[in-house]
Amino acid sequence: METFASSSISRRMGASSDEPHVLAVDDNLVDRKLVEKLLKRSSCKVTTAEDGLRALEYLGLASHQDGSTNSNCSKVNMIITDYCMPGMTGYELLKKIKESSIMKDVPVVIVSSENIPTRINQCMEEGAQVFMLKPLKHSDVERLRCQIMQ
Amino acid sequence: MEIVAKLQKQFMEFISALYREGFLDDQFLQLQKLQDESNPDFVFEVVSLFFEDSEKLINNLAAALQQPVVDFKQVDSHVHQFKGSSSSIGAQRVKNACMAFKSFCEEKKIEGCMQCLQHVKHEYFLVKNKLETLLRLEQQILAAGGRIPDLS
Repeated sequence: METFASSSISRRMGASSDEPHVLAVDDNLVDRKLVEKLLKRSSCKVTTAEDGLRALEYLGLASHQDGSTNSNCSKVNMIITDYCMPGMTGYELLKKIKESSIMKDVPVVIVSSENIPTRINQCMEEGAQVFMLKPLKHSDVERLRCQIMQ
Repeated sequence: MEIVAKLQKQFMEFISALYREGFLDDQFLQLQKLQDESNPDFVFEVVSLFFEDSEKLINNLAAALQQPVVDFKQVDSHVHQFKGSSSSIGAQRVKNACMAFKSFCEEKKIEGCMQCLQHVKHEYFLVKNKLETLLRLEQQILAAGGRIPDLS
């Protein structure tokens, strides 16, 4: 399900090199290492965050930050986030991103170890690009990269 | 070279047994495929992280279950982490043990939880031992100038 306009993507592509920049959010150390490697193998630049708050801070969207803070918003081409995280779930992070006028067109991918239809529907309705099951494979990430590079 | 061939055979037999006996599943194969010249220690690094993370979780679980009033949500949260990382590594038997553990957390059964913790610990130390042996074999093959056999 594509939720972004091609014009906003080409603007982002123009600002960066050939490598899409992905922000990967996961509270699990092993999973963070794995997703980072998978993304690098698919020629993406990667920034990782261990929870939703740090992800928002990186993007300059945290409530304690004002819009003039030097943020990394314009550099990020995609966000991949785990669903189950302490503090702020992936769903809550998705909502905050979609509420932002700057970031709302950036594709957000939700990953989860649990296949729960109500959870999936909830995320898709909120504008998630796609919902994927963990553990992610190389083929999953390759497919994602193709989608965001269109 | 005879030494390399012998070590490679040992490696193949050992890892095939691990898959056959259910210690490892396809996800471990995925990890090995991600290792390459640019990152020759990737599997070692991920496995090391898994060991560190798991031992912390086991300690946290033991502490949580010893509380006068057990916080099952907290216990469940630790088990969820453990299930996640064991699944990502391909440590199938640990993952399955965690799944059973989760059920007892949901039912708030303290005895069941204690037994599950023992079971998870048992499976974890078994697979840790196997993985350490496997990684040692890999190092021996590389030191002898050979390449690690591709299982796919």
